[in-house]
Order: sequence, then structure tokens, then C-alpha cells
Amino acid sequence: MEEPLLRLNGISKRFPGIRALDNVSLSVHSGEVHALIGENGAGKSTLVKILSGVLPPSEGEIYLEGRRVAFRSPHESQLVGISAIHQEATMFPELSVTENIFMGHHLTKRGFIGWGSMEKRTRELLASLDIGIDPRSKVKTLSFAERQMVEIAKALSINTKIVIMDEPTSALTLREVEHLYKIVRQLVADGKAVIFISHKFEEIYEIADSYTVLRDGAWVGEGQVKTSTVDQIVRLMVGRSLDQMYEKTEVAPGPVALKVDHLTRNGVFKDISFELRQGEILGFFGLVGAGRSEVMRVLFGIDRADGGEISIGGTKVAIRNPAEAMRQGIALVPEDRQLQGAILAMNIRENMTLPIISNLAKHRILRREAENEIAERYGSMLQVKSAGWEAPVNSLSGGNQQKVVIAKWLATNPRVLVLDEPTKGIDVGTKATVHKFISELAARKIAVILVSSELPEILGMSDSVIVMHEGRITARISRAEASPEKVMLAATAATAGHGGERSPL
Amino acid sequence: MKDLFKRRETSLFVIILILAAAVGFRAHDFVTPGNFLFIFKDSSILFVVSIGQFLVILTGGIDLSVASIMGFTGMSVALLDKVNPNMPLVVIILAAMAIGFVLGSFNGLLVSALNIPPIIATLGTLSIYRGFVIVLSGGTWVSADQMAAPFRDFPQASFLGLSNMICIAIVVFAVFAVFLHLTRKGRDIYGIGGNMLASQYVGIDVKKTNFMVFALSGILSGLAGYLWVAFYASAANDSAAGLELQTVAACVVGGVSILGGYGTIAGVLLGSIFIGVVKNALSMIRISPFWQVAIQGFVILLAIVLNTVLDRRAQASMLKRRVL
Repeated sequence: MEEPLLRLNGISKRFPGIRALDNVSLSVHSGEVHALIGENGAGKSTLVKILSGVLPPSEGEIYLEGRRVAFRSPHESQLVGISAIHQEATMFPELSVTENIFMGHHLTKRGFIGWGSMEKRTRELLASLDIGIDPRSKVKTLSFAERQMVEIAKALSINTKIVIMDEPTSALTLREVEHLYKIVRQLVADGKAVIFISHKFEEIYEIADSYTVLRDGAWVGEGQVKTSTVDQIVRLMVGRSLDQMYEKTEVAPGPVALKVDHLTRNGVFKDISFELRQGEILGFFGLVGAGRSEVMRVLFGIDRADGGEISIGGTKVAIRNPAEAMRQGIALVPEDRQLQGAILAMNIRENMTLPIISNLAKHRILRREAENEIAERYGSMLQVKSAGWEAPVNSLSGGNQQKVVIAKWLATNPRVLVLDEPTKGIDVGTKATVHKFISELAARKIAVILVSSELPEILGMSDSVIVMHEGRITARISRAEASPEKVMLAATAATAGHGGERSPL
Repeated sequence: MKDLFKRRETSLFVIILILAAAVGFRAHDFVTPGNFLFIFKDSSILFVVSIGQFLVILTGGIDLSVASIMGFTGMSVALLDKVNPNMPLVVIILAAMAIGFVLGSFNGLLVSALNIPPIIATLGTLSIYRGFVIVLSGGTWVSADQMAAPFRDFPQASFLGLSNMICIAIVVFAVFAVFLHLTRKGRDIYGIGGNMLASQYVGIDVKKTNFMVFALSGILSGLAGYLWVAFYASAANDSAAGLELQTVAACVVGGVSILGGYGTIAGVLLGSIFIGVVKNALSMIRISPFWQVAIQGFVILLAIVLNTVLDRRAQASMLKRRVL
């Protein structure tokens, strides 16, 4: 076979304590759409960052048209002909479409910018992609889809050879998706290659020619889309060795603690109904953007529901804000602990007592002994490793920060505890502690909702699993019946049945 | 579409007209050609410094040291002139710009090489440069009769019937309008203020651009420093003190985004004139001097709020039209 347009050989990427990519190889030929497939956290994004020059690989080589290349910056990667469609992050909202396309390589004539010729070239580029946008409009006035198209036009303006699209359809309407497909086909017809990242099988079968599957940062398989079945690809995606053990204590579930009926938030999720019993762990699985975290935000009163009911312990409640949620006995450990969970500059004690601070006061004066007692009780229960409870949270490792956040919410004595991605980005050892601890909480009759993108975690910890896809529940599976394939299918392939309802956003 | 882009400048222009008309009602002297000429002259110094401030704010930074740079260069060239009364004015002006360049470059180094946030770096140099003025002058001042005639008279003289001050403002306006609109370096400034990460992705040298805006701000402050001491015919230890905040106000009133990435030179011009009008009007309608500063601040704040509300409404209607 001829030399591929792009060839990756043994690419590895290590971060402190984590091996994000391990010996990944990949070949892409010109004139083809190559799908990069994998679960959340499989290493797709890291690979894209390496290809687009954002991160350097720790090991391995990249060959473009047979020549070895290395880039120190995204700019260098673009110069050799690789463009990643980064979406939002790399646009200039206050500037015009023309300028967004030419920023960094404005056309000049005798040292002065030729706005006329740039605008003409922009019109040509947009016309060639059949995009009806005024080159003079500011990017901030464009829709998400239009911005994406502008990014593609930008890639073409510098004669790119390879276009990387990272889940490009995730926020598009059906018609916009059709337009995008058309553009992708046009690109490959012109001899360019497209690397298409997706976990929707419908899409992969529609647009891709070949594929590579990553799992846990490693290459696990590749092939031609035409000659592979969905089952084969799903098995590659999930079929992992279950070397992680989950300590789970069997608990006889108590009465219903939380009941959610037809909960709806327009354009985000719809008709979410479920029951949660005391001592039960209910897993919420779904791919990024499925709407799981958004449901939890409504449960906790951060966002408002547009319809549906929430009952706690058999009584219907209206949760208007987080304070109300806490009074009703709901606690949420959010996904992004740096942004939402912990106040990094405060110390461990202050973080832990923050939600219950008014309970610890006497005559409006905070009682330090009460605070110390709380910090001691929950800190040692969770085995937070630190230089004492006065150490600032930003001095702790990620895993220990997460423990502090969990401890903070436990101190509120919740009846329902929502954990959103509790083990994201923490090391294996700490993960085990957190898992063990979740199990202990359930044994103490706390009702737990576990939102996770990690399939083994969901399967290992949950009494039953709810799978969401594009804002809806697509499956409810009991612990006994849950298999990785079943859950992953419900999270991905369900698209086929909902194709027509994709544009609520 | 084009009108929409200019909307902020247009509304500011209308605000200035309304303000002038209202003041004119109370004080007839206000609406005379002579008084307007004085306002333009007076505002042209603020405008020149504000352009430097504008460049820095466009990148998302701020330069609090501009007034201290003016004070230092003003004192330096006044002493230079006092010692060498025969030195050609061109040399004096170039010296002022050179001194400003050195001081501005030091700010630029602090920000780009040492990664110190602009507000911190220039807060430091604000005091340092002002301290240098006192060291240099030994605590005394240079008065009008110690200045050579050409040095002192230049701002009042005119070229082709137009005051030299206004001519300089026009030249600065033209040079920086071309720079910002028609050169890559000028566009880079908008780029890094609009999205620094994206700018790095397309190969813009962010450090170099940051350094450049502070150096340019220094040069313009140096030029303005000379104009100040010559126009007011005195170089004191506190010359131009406090003007740094007026330059920020001129930018913000003119619609420049304090977060960077957006603003026009025409907006800065109108913003400077607005502040000039307010200062002049307050003394014209005989507001007690004790109240002037407070009222000045209040009016500036009011203009910003009004302009922002109008702009937001324009944007909302634009978005609405898009959706329909």
C-alpha cells in the first residue's frame, strides 16, 4: 500500500501520574474520512492535542507524506497542513468573519493590509463551501454551526491537508449536520483527509471510510467501516479487562427517598423519571452532553425545571435554589471540583464547614471547636492525606481535594447524595478509597446518585443503571442485567431512533 | 450593517451634543467658537495619552503609569530647555518621546518578560516614575519665565491656521488609525485582546505585542508630557497627576472594552472630547470647585451606563432579528 498521508507511530503521552496515551499508531490516507472512536477518556482528545501541536508527545513519531514532522505550537502544525476545528475556543468573537479567517496571516500589499482582497478570498471560500454568511459580520453574531463553518473555511485558507473535527455534530441541528457532511465529502473529494471524532455510530456509518478505536489511552483496533458491524466496534470500545475491583456491600434498599416524575428542562432534557431508595446507588451513564449533569443541576436547584415533579420522602417539593435543596437533604458533589466544588485558597477546615457554617455558630459567633470537630470527623473518615486540617486545599492532590469536597457535603447530613464524576482525573488508589466510601454511605441508608462516564465504575458500583442520550433516558438496566455492551449501545446507537428530534438546542 | 458597527460612536456623539446644548442653555459663553477651540486644545493632550492607554487596554491590560511618565518627561525636557535655551524644539520633542519610550519599555518588560499583571506592574511604576520627578527636580518647579520662548509658545502657535495642539492630535489620530486598521501588528493587538489563546494558535507573538503596546504608550505619554508643561507653562512635581484615570475613562466612555479586543480610535477621540466638555462645562456654569471632581466622575459614569445600555439594546435587537 502507498505511504499514508499521515502516520502516527507509537505515540505515548504521560502526565504526572497518568498515562493518557500508550503506544498509539494510526494511519490516514488522503481522500478518506477516518473516524477516531473511543469512550470518554479513551485518549481521543489527547491525541487531537498532539496532532494539532497543543501538546508534545512523550514518545513516538508523526509522519506527514512520509516525512517526519514535529511541532512546538498549533501554529507550526497548521503550517505543515494539519488543522483542528477547535470551535469556540479559537475564535475572535468581536472581529469579522474575514478577520477570523486571516488572523495571523493577513494578506498585505506593500506592508498594508488588503481588506478588499481578503474579503474577496473569504467570499470565494464561503461560496465554495456553500455557506451564506456575510464576511463582514462579527463572529459573535453567528450561530454555533456557522462558527464551525468559518473554522473550516479558515483551515482551507491556509491550504490544509488534514482537517480534524472533534465531535463536530454535537451541537448542530439535523439540517446543519447534512451541510457538514456535504462539506466533509467535498474536502475528501479534493484529496484532503478528515479525521472525524465521534461516538455516534449512525454518524460513523454515514460519513467515515476507516476507523481506529482507542480504549484507556491505547490502540485496540482499526478497520474499514464497510466491513465492520456495530457490535464489533462496540466490543472494541468497551471490552476491557476488569482488573479494577469494586468493593460493594450488599444493602437491602429502604423506602423511596427521591422520586422524579417527567422532569423537563426545555432544550436540555425531557421526561426524566426515576425512583431512588434509601441505601441504593443509582448509576447515571451517558456520553458527554447526554444531559446527566444538567438533570443534577435542576435537582440541586441551580437551574429551574420547565416541567415535572420532584418528591423527597413521599412529599412533593419545589427546589428553587441550592439552599432549599440542602434543607431538603440533597447534596451535590459537582463534576468540576476546581470550579464548583472546593474553594482552593481556603483551608480544609474552612471548606468542610462552609455549607453548615450557620449551624456551627453560637450567638452569631463561629465556634472554632465545632469546626475543628467536623473537620476531624469527616477528614479522618475519608482519610484525607494532608499536613493537617489547616492546610490550604490547593496544596492537596486531586484525589484528596475530591475527598474534601465529598466531606463538605457529608457534613450536611444528606438523605440524597449526588456524586457527579467523583473519580474523574484521580489516581487509581484514591479511586478505590472513594468507591469504598460510596459503598459505606449506601450502607448507612443514604440514597446515592452516581453520575459517571466510566463504564466499569458505573457497572461496578450501581444497583441499577439509567442511561441517557441526548437529554432522554434510553435505558434502565438492573445490576444483574447490566453489561458493558448493553449500556454502551443505549448511550450511543439509540441515535437512530431519535434522528428526527435532534434540534432542541 | 455598517451603521450598526458605528452605533456606539454615534450615540456618544449625540450624548456630547445634548450635553453641550444643555450647558449652552445655562452659560451662553460655552457655545462660542473660542471656547470650543479651547476645549479641543485642552482635550488633545488627553487624547494623545489616551491613545497609548487605548492600545494597552485593547490587549486586555492597563497602563496606570501614563501620567507619571508625562510628569517625568515634562520635567526632564523643561530642565533640558532651561539649561540649553537654544536647543531646537525638534530635539526637545524627540527627547521627550525617547524618554517616554524608555519608561514605557520598562513597563513592557515587567509585563511580557516577567509576566507581572499590567495593573500591578504599572501601579508600581506609577509611584516610581513620579518619585523620579521629585528626585530630578529636587522638589522645585520650572516656571514659565524659565522656559525658552519657542518651547513655551509651540502649543499656542498655529500651523495653517490650526492650533499646533490640534494638528498633533490629528497626526496621532491618522497614524494610529492606519496602524490599527491596516497593519498586521495593529490587528495582532485586537487579536490578543480578543482571544489570547487563539492568537497563540495562529502564531502571533503575544509577548512581543504586549511589549510593543507599553512602549508605544510610553512614547505617546512622553510627547504629551512635553505638551502639558508647555501648554500650562509650568513643570511641577505633580504635573498631570491623576490623568491616568481620565485616560481610562476616555477609553471606556468611547466604548472600548475594558476586557480588551474591542474599541475604535474614533471612540477614544469622542471619549476624550466628552471629558474635555464636562470639565469645561462645570467651570462655565459655575459649579463650586469643591463639587467639580465629584460631579465630573458622576457624569462620566452616567455616560458609560447610558452608552452601554444603548449598545446592549442595539445588540439585543440585532440578535432578535437573527433568530426571526
